[in-house]
Amino acid sequence: MAKELIRLENCRKEFDGEVVLDSISLAIQDKEFLTLLGPSGCGKTTTLRIIGGFLRPDSGTVIFDGVKINDVPPHKRKINTVFQKYALFTHLNVFENIAFGLRVQRPKLSEEEIARRVQESLELVALKGYEKRSVSQLSGGQQQRVAIARAVINRPQVLLLDEPLGALDLKLRKDMQRELKQIQQQVGITFIYVTHDQEEALTMSDTVVVMNKGEIQQIGTPLDIYNEPKNAFVADFIGESNIIDGVMVSDNTVRMYGRNFQCLDKGFSPNEPVDVVVRPEDIDIVEVSQGQMTGTVTEVTFKGMQYDIIVDFQGFKWLIQTTDHSPVGAKIGVKIDPDGFHIMKKSEYSGLYGDYSSYSAEYDELSAAPDDGGQEDE
Amino acid sequence: MSKGKIFSGAFSAVGGFFDRFRRQSFAYPYVLWMALFVVIPIILIAVYAFTSSSGGFTLDNFSGMIDYAPVFVRSIWLAFVATVACILIGYPVALTISRMSPKNQRILIMLIMLPMWINFLLRTYAWMSLLENTGLINRFLASIGIFDLINSLHAGDLAYTPITHFQLINTDGAVVLGMVYNYLPFMILPIQSVIVKIDPFVIEAAQDLGANSRKVFRKIILPLSLSGVISGITMVFVPAVSTFVISKLLSNGTVMLLGDLIEMQFTGAAYNPHLGSAISLIMMVIVVICMSVMNKFGEGEEQAVVI
Repeated sequence: MAKELIRLENCRKEFDGEVVLDSISLAIQDKEFLTLLGPSGCGKTTTLRIIGGFLRPDSGTVIFDGVKINDVPPHKRKINTVFQKYALFTHLNVFENIAFGLRVQRPKLSEEEIARRVQESLELVALKGYEKRSVSQLSGGQQQRVAIARAVINRPQVLLLDEPLGALDLKLRKDMQRELKQIQQQVGITFIYVTHDQEEALTMSDTVVVMNKGEIQQIGTPLDIYNEPKNAFVADFIGESNIIDGVMVSDNTVRMYGRNFQCLDKGFSPNEPVDVVVRPEDIDIVEVSQGQMTGTVTEVTFKGMQYDIIVDFQGFKWLIQTTDHSPVGAKIGVKIDPDGFHIMKKSEYSGLYGDYSSYSAEYDELSAAPDDGGQEDE
Repeated sequence: MSKGKIFSGAFSAVGGFFDRFRRQSFAYPYVLWMALFVVIPIILIAVYAFTSSSGGFTLDNFSGMIDYAPVFVRSIWLAFVATVACILIGYPVALTISRMSPKNQRILIMLIMLPMWINFLLRTYAWMSLLENTGLINRFLASIGIFDLINSLHAGDLAYTPITHFQLINTDGAVVLGMVYNYLPFMILPIQSVIVKIDPFVIEAAQDLGANSRKVFRKIILPLSLSGVISGITMVFVPAVSTFVISKLLSNGTVMLLGDLIEMQFTGAAYNPHLGSAISLIMMVIVVICMSVMNKFGEGEEQAVVI
């Protein structure tokens, strides 16, 4: 479909001897919505700043539309940025904030041209009538819109967005996610979006790039990333996963807990040790007698749409999401369809994730994440 | 049980009152101080300004001031020149400092503050010994033969009187120099503190939108640092317009400023505290007007302190 617009080749960046980006390579297609996803300090913001021109890679090449742009300063790149805390110009009103990119252009644009294009931009973000407002009078969501309108006014080929929704509350964030996607389709340019919120990434992106410790863990569509995670880190970071040690007995058969299960995965060597991923929603609760395995419910949390229950299978705790209530202490049987399994090769992350013994603690951490993500990275 | 609730409610209300009372009471010593040493003296000045030595009401003190119009003009003009010089010297210094690493910033700020650890009089006396006709600067210029050179250029010109020194001290320039030297830190510090607070992402945003470094300065840094400049102007202009030590020492009375004039009315041979009070009052009004005009410029930004 689209042509390639940006290419990073072996980009490496260190700060004070600490490797923040470890030789990453990445190709970005024209007009796609690409998300760099990962926890704090994974290098996603550094990658974005390298593309924006605010950082230079220590080694490696940045190519834009076929031209190497390592040494091109930010103000000469056809790339604009929506900053994490908006970085609006507090001494200018809404109109002048948005017009800034036009006013610094040479040759000068006529006032009519500027007014017309600012109006266009305001319309795009549904802020008509706010021209004369001071930006400090606006709500967080409105400031966000001004930041977007300001960034697209120069008609860049690429828009970089650095956790733009991080400061908004949940409801507004959801609305803005939809709106951002619409804006992207309307203006038809490439969006490179940085977030630590996996749900945001899945909702909006064409392509998701999962990063950790300065390395790319997986690149793929949201569906690929969710259904076919490459390693335990990705499986755990995107959604909820039970990750169990297993052995691939043969094609379509995986062995764990001392018994064989039918699965759809193949292409492993016989008896290769693997990580088995089972998503909490792919597990059916059945009568003990009909179950493939039996376990004891140790914890039940009501989540609105479903119950999150923790089930102990021989000392390893699983998370199961179900609409049926099972009381704590109940013995239950579970059944997993062959397509409920996803088999991954062993990696450096094996054994680190996927056990829900400390479930509640982990959930607290998750809900705290959007706040501490404020001062992200480096 | 319900009794206990009411009781504890009342108790906490009382506690809240005491809390507020205690917090407010921390301010009392200062309020008292202000009342005794600021408000009452201002009232006294006003009373003196509108009375004659016999104690009756009069406007003579103000009408008599017209004789001193040149002093007013000179004071305001020299203070204005000194303030402009402080901006021209101080702004680039503040900008340069604010771009350094935090550690270097601290060192430089300390160096700028360093002269202020030395007594004000002593510093100004030091300038006297530099600027005098037989002072260090003139002696240095003589030793490298500057005056001989100038005199030799006029050789044969009979109307020419050979010079032995430049007139440095006892000039307007010397007074302005003294003001700039003494008050420059008050210009640099507020500007620097405002510039370092500018969000680096705002500057990046401007670059991102296509502004080169000149435009970033003109359209972002300069307007955002204006509040610091205004504070600086306040902190330089106000003491400069009312100084009397600097002009006294560096002009030996030849450049009379408002401060000198007022001082004369209270301590000098011209003893007339009523005229002195009237001049002080007018000076206060001038300063307040200047400051409110300045604050107009900084509108929307944090307001500069009046006086």
